[in-house]
Amino acid sequence: MDKQRRKFLKIAGASALAGIGAPALVKLTAGSAYASTHGAAPAHGAAPATGHAEAAPTGVRLGMVIDMRVIADHPALLDKAISSCTEAHNIPDFAGDRKNEIKWIWKAPFGSVFTEHSTSHLPKMVQDTDFAVLCNHCDDPPCVRACPTKATFKVKANGIVAMDFHRCIGCRFCMAACPYGARSFNWQDPRPYVKKYNPDFPTRMRGVVEKCNFCGERLALGKEPACVEACKGTGAIVFGDLNDPQSEIRQILDREFTIQRKPSLGTKPSVFYIV
Amino acid sequence: MYNKSTIIPGLILFVLFVTFPVWFNGLDAGAVPKPEMPPGGQKQCVLPAAEMRASHMQLLNEWRDNVLRDGNRVTVEVDGKEYRKGLQMACMECHTSQEKFCDTCHVYASVKPYCWDCHITPEAAAKKETH
Repeated sequence: MDKQRRKFLKIAGASALAGIGAPALVKLTAGSAYASTHGAAPAHGAAPATGHAEAAPTGVRLGMVIDMRVIADHPALLDKAISSCTEAHNIPDFAGDRKNEIKWIWKAPFGSVFTEHSTSHLPKMVQDTDFAVLCNHCDDPPCVRACPTKATFKVKANGIVAMDFHRCIGCRFCMAACPYGARSFNWQDPRPYVKKYNPDFPTRMRGVVEKCNFCGERLALGKEPACVEACKGTGAIVFGDLNDPQSEIRQILDREFTIQRKPSLGTKPSVFYIV
Repeated sequence: MYNKSTIIPGLILFVLFVTFPVWFNGLDAGAVPKPEMPPGGQKQCVLPAAEMRASHMQLLNEWRDNVLRDGNRVTVEVDGKEYRKGLQMACMECHTSQEKFCDTCHVYASVKPYCWDCHITPEAAAKKETH
């Protein structure tokens, strides 16, 4: 009897050890297999994304440079840009009602736009000028990760962070996730507050989140975004492909010192400011 | 069978009750809706009428995904006429009235699509202009 119990415990112990040890063994052997294939193919030039190294950009990534020096000189330009956006996208106007306000491109003071920057001893121009703020169309957008229905997503072809209003369930996770406050919620039916309809664009309904779409619908027709077109010829807003070294926007970025909003968050915004 | 006298009348009552909508309307499903033909006189749609009748909702969903998800806004060309993909931008260019076209069948079939919560009908646009 005793002998049998001893034998049973031995077998049980051995199989438990084997059970625990087996995955580790498999992992070890598999790991060495990966290592050997990696070693055999050193042609992969791109270094793995370690530390601060950025992967080489591929494809089109649309971005914007906003030259605040121009807007400071002509504050009316920004009003024009905002109103052309409002007209293009049937954005309701709640006349200063902050709770219902729908914002695609709007004005904000330096301190609330660049919260990571010091605001002591700012030049007069920066203190007095309203900055143009809009969705940053981040390369790594936190709103897209937060969305449970994939209503907001990154368009692969051009890097725009787009929205499919059909799918939005109004949970507002994206609004909580967006560090730039670029998203607005329709607390009520916006239609009565839309001044004039653009018949080529829908309105939104109650319970849907909306934001700037970099004028995806206008780009498809070969037009520039509404705000860019409104500032045409002044250089206040320049729009283009950040990944194309020949593009106008890249030449400006190569020449001028620009800042982005909240760079420490790692969202890699596509909107740059010249202050 | 036990309790024949209650079960059989009960069954009859049950069948009568369940089929109430059928016999109450006199075995008639009501007048078949006649949606208004395009006021502009267009005869050609992007698909044959029978196909549109049966599957316009699938087509609209396809267009939506093409345009929004895949960035494919290529126009649809039928018989030399170009249509942009969209309810507002294609369908309602010809079928200008939601009430006289879309709603006739939707009401009859008791379906309540929420297209026009966001999409603007030419009627709504005209109403806004006169305000």
